[in-house]
Amino acid sequence: MTPEHSGKAEESPRQRLLSAGTPMCAGCGGLQALHQIYDQVGEKTVFVNAAGCMTLLSIYPYTPFRGSWLYTAMACAPAGAQGVRDALDVLLSKGHIDAGQDQLPVVLTGDGSAYGMGLSATSAAIDRGLDFLYICYDNEGYGNTGHQYSAATPAGARTATSRVDGYTGVKKDLFAIWSAHRPAYVATVIGTEPADLARKVKKALSLRGPRLLLVLAPCPTGWGFEPSRMVEIGKLAVESGIWPLKEYSDGQVRHTRVPAKRAPLEAYLGLQGRFRHMFVPRRNEEQLAALQRQVDDYWEHID
Amino acid sequence: MRKLLTGNSAAAWGARLSDVDYLPVFPITPQTEIIETLAEWVDKGELNARLTTLESEHSMLTAAGAAAATGVRVFTATSSQGLLYAMEMLYNVAGWRVPLVLVNVSRGLSAPITLEPDHNDILAARDSGFLQLHCATCQEVLDSVVLAYRLAEDKRVRLPVLVNLDGFYLSFTREPVEIPSQEQVRAFLPPFDPGSNRFRGGEPVSQAVAVLGGGPYSYFRYQAHLAALEAVQAFDELGEKFGECFGRSFPAIEAYRCEDAEILFVMIGSFATKAREAVDRLRDDGQKIGLLRPRLLRPFPAEELARLLSGKAGVAVVDQNLSNGLGGILHAELSAALYHLPKRPLLVSFIGGLGGRDITAGEFYAMVGQVRQAVAKGQPPPPRLLFTEQELKGMRGLQNIASGKGASHDA
Repeated sequence: MTPEHSGKAEESPRQRLLSAGTPMCAGCGGLQALHQIYDQVGEKTVFVNAAGCMTLLSIYPYTPFRGSWLYTAMACAPAGAQGVRDALDVLLSKGHIDAGQDQLPVVLTGDGSAYGMGLSATSAAIDRGLDFLYICYDNEGYGNTGHQYSAATPAGARTATSRVDGYTGVKKDLFAIWSAHRPAYVATVIGTEPADLARKVKKALSLRGPRLLLVLAPCPTGWGFEPSRMVEIGKLAVESGIWPLKEYSDGQVRHTRVPAKRAPLEAYLGLQGRFRHMFVPRRNEEQLAALQRQVDDYWEHID
Repeated sequence: MRKLLTGNSAAAWGARLSDVDYLPVFPITPQTEIIETLAEWVDKGELNARLTTLESEHSMLTAAGAAAATGVRVFTATSSQGLLYAMEMLYNVAGWRVPLVLVNVSRGLSAPITLEPDHNDILAARDSGFLQLHCATCQEVLDSVVLAYRLAEDKRVRLPVLVNLDGFYLSFTREPVEIPSQEQVRAFLPPFDPGSNRFRGGEPVSQAVAVLGGGPYSYFRYQAHLAALEAVQAFDELGEKFGECFGRSFPAIEAYRCEDAEILFVMIGSFATKAREAVDRLRDDGQKIGLLRPRLLRPFPAEELARLLSGKAGVAVVDQNLSNGLGGILHAELSAALYHLPKRPLLVSFIGGLGGRDITAGEFYAMVGQVRQAVAKGQPPPPRLLFTEQELKGMRGLQNIASGKGASHDA
């Protein structure tokens, strides 16, 4: 870690704390956000990982992390964080380590684990008031296996297991599920809004208890767009209102960015291969209108 | 201090005396008394450990492994379905090379669901990388937990250990147990040394990372296998040291009246005490019968079994498990261990004690008779299920009720 990035994101460090040279896809929105988050959370962390794209960040004998790493399995990263936290507490209370050697357990999973297989372990970790940070990079599908639909896939999106008409379910509201547990903090973020992200990471780090950073991770490979358009798509996700930036703490939900005039949803959908079937060979007006209406309905209920 | 303890209570005492730091737990019958006992000690301040109830055995094993990887001494316990639910993480934490102790209180597996014991649960973990110790008495349960920590933490080994006791027959049965003093145990078991399993601020370490290609994978997997094999020698040494410290010896295989025996029983767990009783009665009758009971099942003490069984006439292998489509698991493993012997005994396979079904003295005598016949013919019979005519009649009666025909007259 070089002196010029002491954990303050406002400084926009040129050199990232997380090393380059990972096998993530070009234009990975998840990695973009992780770089920003890691600069702030720093190296006194144990990243506890579940099976997903980012499992491949640490491949023997390399790791991009300056801090520690433990891979668990798909269902149980929060339980791994529990074991790390409990063990550190034991070591502290028995005087085997000092406060300077303490570390923050950080769970890092994709949406497949966070919305599905790992949800039971997550819910229980929140019940227990586990002092940890959870980072979910949500690329809206089982990305590492070739992008099959998951519980985080939005309505209508084509995936490797919904190739014809697109996903017939709706995206699960993980923000609401977490908030219903009354944890310390929940926030939606995206790497293409770095100031909003930095403020939320700072807020999360100022609190104790269960904290979630739910990152929308535009995925060129799974969503079907050129890596160079990742930032544009990320910005449209926010401007169209389909990815509301918000946070929960002290029992309150606050929207941190309310677009004054929302961009039409089809501007966002039209850039992605997974929604192309709504536009060609002919526009599916009904489906496009229904999806736009869902976004409009959401914002109508926001003060 | 000598006290009447259940097997579950003995397991809890083993953990308490081993100065455990961390207890990730989840209840399941017939293990629950272990965690209740430990929770009470923690609450009363008699045990300086942290106890966390997870929401499943899968998470419990994850937390156990993660805490051990962070650098504390960990104890946990489960049974049956819980062990299977945790199975993915058994393989994982064995690969992490973390020295924790997991007690399994054996119980038959679903379906059909039952609460009573057999060994299909623990034997499902035989390839997981955990070492396995099998207990026959409540004393042995306490002793095995203490010994398991010393074995797991041995520099040559560094692997997690499963200690198995039979549900109901040991878990809920009170036996007199000698509880050693804390000082005695500390003289045998040094304070926990995390070795390279540690997460500390300022000392970054990556554990359990991915590998690419079969080369590194083969290397690490085989290295863990070699470490498990090292545990044969380590167990012998530690068993001897255990004897010096506590006055109770602890060989990897209990060999009971074997020296001049012609026919032997081979079995594991608490039902072996029934076989021991049968051996005494048969000896009273002038028959040269013995019993071999492996305490250590992983690593499999193949060489010692071969040494003890070379030149014997016949063996009744009593499996309290069933590998569907194969038969008894011990029978298969023992056959492999003896195959190379020029003077190998004839093995006869018996499946018994499934789902807590008793094995009677009469059945032990009958097994010896069948082994004698097989030896005389030079040909083993097909595997036998211990199941009586009377049980079959009872079963038919139940089937009549289940099918709506009502209780049959001949049931």
